[in-house]
Amino acid sequence: MASTVTLAKPLALHWQQPGPRLFATIKGLLFLLCLLPLAQLLWHALLGHAVNPIEDLTRGLGTWTLRFLLITLCVSPLRALGAPGWLLRLRRMLGLYAFFYACLHLLTYLWLDQFFDWGAIVRDIVKRPFITVGMLAFLLLLPLAITSTDGWIRRLKRNWGKLHRLVYVIAPLGVLHYLWLVKRDLQSPLIYAAILAVLLLWRLWRYLRPTLAARVK
Amino acid sequence: MFPREITAMLIKTLTDRLSAADITPQEVYLNRRQFMAGSAGLLLPVSAIAALPAAKSPLSTSEKPNSRDDITGYNNYYEFGTGKDEPALYAQRLKTRPWTVTVDGEVTRARTFDIDSLLKMKLQERIYRLRCVEGWSMVIPWIGFPLADLLKQVQPTSRARYVAFETALRPGEMPGVARRVLDWPYREGLRIDEAMHPLTILAVGLYGEVLPKQNGAPVRLVVPWKYGFKSIKSISRIHLLEKQPPTSWNMAAPNEYGFYSNVNPAVDHPRWSQATERRIGEFFKRKTLPFNGYGEQVAGLYRGMDLRRNF
Ligand code: HEM
Repeated sequence: MASTVTLAKPLALHWQQPGPRLFATIKGLLFLLCLLPLAQLLWHALLGHAVNPIEDLTRGLGTWTLRFLLITLCVSPLRALGAPGWLLRLRRMLGLYAFFYACLHLLTYLWLDQFFDWGAIVRDIVKRPFITVGMLAFLLLLPLAITSTDGWIRRLKRNWGKLHRLVYVIAPLGVLHYLWLVKRDLQSPLIYAAILAVLLLWRLWRYLRPTLAARVK
Repeated sequence: MFPREITAMLIKTLTDRLSAADITPQEVYLNRRQFMAGSAGLLLPVSAIAALPAAKSPLSTSEKPNSRDDITGYNNYYEFGTGKDEPALYAQRLKTRPWTVTVDGEVTRARTFDIDSLLKMKLQERIYRLRCVEGWSMVIPWIGFPLADLLKQVQPTSRARYVAFETALRPGEMPGVARRVLDWPYREGLRIDEAMHPLTILAVGLYGEVLPKQNGAPVRLVVPWKYGFKSIKSISRIHLLEKQPPTSWNMAAPNEYGFYSNVNPAVDHPRWSQATERRIGEFFKRKTLPFNGYGEQVAGLYRGMDLRRNF
């Protein structure tokens, strides 16, 4: 194992090409780091003296779902800006965390908001655009979460990448959900919308660049 | 953004926990205040610590009031920010003295009332349910007097069919008005019979003391059968008029917030249900009552009106 005899390796090289042990450590730390928001939200809701802890929990989980979606979308641009290649190998975990927080967010809605009154839930989904859009975003996340395993990546081959472009639909739906649910002050959903716009426009630019360059010639 | 946010969160959580140890039950708190008033009354401005003597009222509910921490830590007062915790943080800048309330328009004796004269009105404790349009509710021990007591002093004319209210606009003291989240100043309105109804009060106190600033000091309206946003805070002007006045939330989104805005479980807000509510401090939701449970007293005001159209 290379990483056990790494004393001579310069630090920069560790950063660029960590050995399997170092990489496992980084991954483990990231795994724990991603649980911190959940720990904080639960702590605040259960042990803090929040006035409306259930609202704080639902909203906090929604906010972190959106944040994890955006963080996942940051990986490619960071790579293009010169971040080391192993970052790509952490992307799956970040995406799955977005799904994880989405599940908890949905659960707080189904349980603490509606108390599993399925009739009311269906009516809500049909009647309220912000719930419709949130539900759609969640349903679209499902196939991505299911096909995130190595087996599915192998089976789907090129189609796997195509399928996972669904995230370009899911994240805007998440922002729309947020825009539609606020009462009056659009400031924070607009901040998320702006970040998402940068992340998506960068992709569009990268996608169109070869065509544009060819035209200029 | 990511690690810094987490650090900030951890710090906030820790400080929250530490200050949790400071929580005092209301009675201890009041006694301490009275003690301070007794021992240091010469040094502190009376208004800052004044206990307000108030008679009990049969119009109070017997339900258990929410804690002072709930009532003063979770507020909608957009002049100080749109977060529920922001009014508690920023409203302390509001200078509530000197303060006057001008009452004019369709009245025979227009008058400007000084806040001290309002504090000298016959005060009552009114423990009311408050239902927010956002789907939560509290029980709040206000101290105040019927709005009718004030209006009688200015003698409304026969043309006075509506009452318009305005919140003071103080850009230097209200950080929230820098952004046009609403069309400032905040405005509200009632029909004259709603304004004269015995349940409708001007509140100047809470939990036995002068009103905390985040709750609308020094004087606010309380109309317990309407959604909370009708109960306008920090009033500087009351204007009686013949036509229905424009009101802030109605101007902002006419299809979402009507002029009447009576609590009505049968009429949903377009974006959420109004059938149930979460009483702050409770786990399960409650069914929302028509007119917030005050139907017996106020339903008569709306006889013959289609309350689905006049929401
Ligand atoms: C990918 C999917 C989703 C994302 C990214 C997302 C994101 C968000 C965000 C950012 C918020 C606002 C947080 C705040 O106010 O600070 C929120 C609130 C909320 N979301 Fe979602 N959400 C998603 C799915 C859903 C689903 C499936 C439901 C229910 C069917 C739902 C129901 C709610 C509710 C009830 C609120 C609180 C609204 C309120 O307090 O007024 N969300 N969500």
